[in-house]
Amino acid sequence: MHMPLEDTLGLNLLAANQHQAEHNRDHFDAWQLLCLNVMSSPGAGKTSLLERTLTALATDLEMAVLEGDMTTQLDANRLEAVGIPVVPITTGRACHLDAAMVSGGLRLLKQRLDPASLDLLWVENVGNLVCPAEFEVGEHRKVALLSVTEGDDKPLKYPVMFREAHCVLITKTDLLPYLPVDIEQIEEHIRAVNPRCAVIRVSASSGEGLETWHQWVREQLTAVVNASVRALVTA
Amino acid sequence: MHEIDMTKCLVLSMQQWRQQHAPHTPLVRRVHLQVGSFTCVEPDQLVTTWKAAVRDSWLDGTVLIIETVPLVGRCVVCNTTYEPDPEQAYRSPCCDHPMEEIVSGRELRIRSVDYVLNDSAQPTFATATAV
Repeated sequence: MHMPLEDTLGLNLLAANQHQAEHNRDHFDAWQLLCLNVMSSPGAGKTSLLERTLTALATDLEMAVLEGDMTTQLDANRLEAVGIPVVPITTGRACHLDAAMVSGGLRLLKQRLDPASLDLLWVENVGNLVCPAEFEVGEHRKVALLSVTEGDDKPLKYPVMFREAHCVLITKTDLLPYLPVDIEQIEEHIRAVNPRCAVIRVSASSGEGLETWHQWVREQLTAVVNASVRALVTA
Repeated sequence: MHEIDMTKCLVLSMQQWRQQHAPHTPLVRRVHLQVGSFTCVEPDQLVTTWKAAVRDSWLDGTVLIIETVPLVGRCVVCNTTYEPDPEQAYRSPCCDHPMEEIVSGRELRIRSVDYVLNDSAQPTFATATAV
């Protein structure tokens, strides 16, 4: 007869993923690049936005994209056409990217270029407002998109995604004249679950808000690279 | 169905924990989790995927016990704690302020493991079936 024992672990349930995510981020910091994890429901406009953003920022920034999709490389092909290196990550049945998948994508990316030459690494996650919110991939910042066609209630229905985001982009604002939707209400609901995030209204079609969005990206790049340099100096 | 990937992470953590007890093989009775209600986890689905994942492994028969931790916010205006209500846009009932500070509800934690140590058992290295 053996005595029953109890071990207190106090471990994160996702410790295995978290460990890999921190490993990825250590690499990003060593390469002094900013990694952004872009998330939204399917069809919110992630790829269209990235097409515009990559084109605009490519004038002075070196970038690459890890493109997550459950099936097909259609989005990866669209972004590759912009002239930016893209590594497709096909997740199969998985509804989100995890840190190990991104690590695998990085290995493929390293066959094409030296990551230390990059300023920015974009991770376009699988279209889903639930699962990607809980799985860190090593990103420095999370960006969530919400299109005006999805209605104003989504931040309340899927609060974890919007709570975790550092920046929420309200997309497709060019469609507002044709929709019975109140953009002030959308923004109010985002701020109800996350009063601290940046909220930017954008349209990849008309270009509205893109300058503000790109400025936000540049500010994060400066902040993250400065922090990486400081860490190297004090190490 | 991200509970499958969460279960994989849990199995990996349990395998690492088992190595701390080598050369003994702990016979695990229960694994206690704390899951916040402001997470993307559905406890019933986690239990179902856990049963499937550990079948025919060293963790077969282990019971997953999930304690749900309620969402509690703190109103930063008056410092009162409250249970945010989605129907009220998670705002504080006292000052009608947005949900700025979360006190609890984001937990995804392996709290503890109940087990016995079988001295005569040789360590085995069967891998839990990944789902």
